[in-house]
Amino acid sequence: MNVATPPLASLAGLAGRNAGPQVASDSPVKIDAERLNFYYGQKRALDGISIQIRANLVTAFIGPSGCGKSTFLRTLNRMNDIIPGTRIEGTVLLDGENIYDPHLDVVALRRRVGMVFQKSNPFPKSIFENVAYGLRINGMARTKAELTDRVEESLRQAAIFDEVKDRLHESALALSGGQQQRLCIARALAIRPEILLMDEPASALDPIATQRIEELIYDLKKSYTIVIVTHNMQQAARVSDFTAFFWLGRLVEYDRTDRIFTAPAEKLTEDYVTGRCG
Amino acid sequence: MKAPRAGARHGADLAFRVLAMSTLVVALVTLGALVFDVLGDGLGRLNWQFLTSLASRRPEDAGIYHALAGTIWVIVLTAALALPLGVAAAVYLEEYGTNSRLARFIEINIANLAAVPSIIYGLLGLGVFVRFMSMGRSVMAGACTLALLALPVVILSTREALRTVPKSIREGSYALGATQWQTIWHQVLPMAFPGILTGLILSLSRAVGETAPLITIGALTYIPFAPDGVWSPFTVLPIQIFNWVSRPQAAFKENAAAGILVLMALLLTMNALAVFLRDRFQRQGRS
Repeated sequence: MNVATPPLASLAGLAGRNAGPQVASDSPVKIDAERLNFYYGQKRALDGISIQIRANLVTAFIGPSGCGKSTFLRTLNRMNDIIPGTRIEGTVLLDGENIYDPHLDVVALRRRVGMVFQKSNPFPKSIFENVAYGLRINGMARTKAELTDRVEESLRQAAIFDEVKDRLHESALALSGGQQQRLCIARALAIRPEILLMDEPASALDPIATQRIEELIYDLKKSYTIVIVTHNMQQAARVSDFTAFFWLGRLVEYDRTDRIFTAPAEKLTEDYVTGRCG
Repeated sequence: MKAPRAGARHGADLAFRVLAMSTLVVALVTLGALVFDVLGDGLGRLNWQFLTSLASRRPEDAGIYHALAGTIWVIVLTAALALPLGVAAAVYLEEYGTNSRLARFIEINIANLAAVPSIIYGLLGLGVFVRFMSMGRSVMAGACTLALLALPVVILSTREALRTVPKSIREGSYALGATQWQTIWHQVLPMAFPGILTGLILSLSRAVGETAPLITIGALTYIPFAPDGVWSPFTVLPIQIFNWVSRPQAAFKENAAAGILVLMALLLTMNALAVFLRDRFQRQGRS
């Protein structure tokens, strides 16, 4: 056995293929949540979450079902606002500005923080119109040519352009599940957000479609800060630079992905990532 | 012990099936007899001359043209009034005022309105539109009255249609920085449109057959011409039929039967249109 190459190093190499761990820790803080509590009616779903998410890296949220990871993700673009009977305490700073400030414009926030959902949700319109929608409603393309260019650029970024270029004006609902999900990513990218939130984007896809999404995430982190919720621990290990482990509404541990998977500080984290609980 | 009990259960099942079937047969036979009777009386009278002639004192010269034109004028105007009002009210109740006290108050009132006898709408129309707003006995006054009558059904069916739009579509739109209004206008309403349209047409086909509210606002006067604008006096098919039925001459009874056939054809056309449009829009959404 080669003592000089412990498993830690090999996994660290896997997680930090591009940026490398030392760059990762130097990256500036993009999102800074401070003692965040969240309630569905009387039920407390998040309990004192404090976390600093770094720019241009992939941060994965892992944990068992109902642990609050999706709920927390949805607080970052205030998507929970539309669920009646919810309440939040604490602050979430985006570039130093509290997104729960009563004077903040939620619509402007959601332009900066894009989201891809667990179940692909293309609009029942053409492929082109799906991507153009965000540009149109936000007045982001002044001419028709500009609109066409931005749509094409977004479809290319989401690695789906070549598959759909001949049928841009056909219904998006005719696409396969994996294609629909990449279309939803293209749609989110079209309005050029700074952050991309992904709520189990590959959970309903087959392994090949999943692999394409993961490659895409790897490419996108050059330009975007990505936060991904996943049930799949191998996926978290493959795509993320940092990993946060949630358990019963609490953030148990948050560290570089290689450390979470090889040398976690908490016993609970170790039990979860090795499959002994959860 | 098990076998006889199972047998008894099968017996009850069979009895219920026979009962349900015979109820259906009674309803269908009654309807069939009515249609057959009307066809026998009216079919001979139904021809191009009948459709294109105005009212007359001589039954053989009398036609249905003025009443058919009046019905179409009134129903188009009713649709134009009831659709925007009904959809706007439903959007408010379903999307904006979901939990407010005002919304709940309005909701209860709409449910009550749907159960109000149509003659009450006629009295309201007479008081508010004909007299207070001085619309006179015009197409406009009739359409306003029927629009009020159709509104509760339009609102209820629009709300149902809005509820069928999946949450994921709304979330997808909000996540792209859309405002609530943009989400409703660009995503929710287009998806709900087939359902809204079906509700509108069905409520209109009920309004087409209404007689009482229009009699109340004064559409029963003898009007031997077709309306030429929204402020023109008018009559409609059910009122013309009612008028003919109440005449003593037998020949007018034939005219009434023929008029009923025209009204039935109009209703069936509208209902078929509702089904056709719903299917068409649904297919557009999916393919």
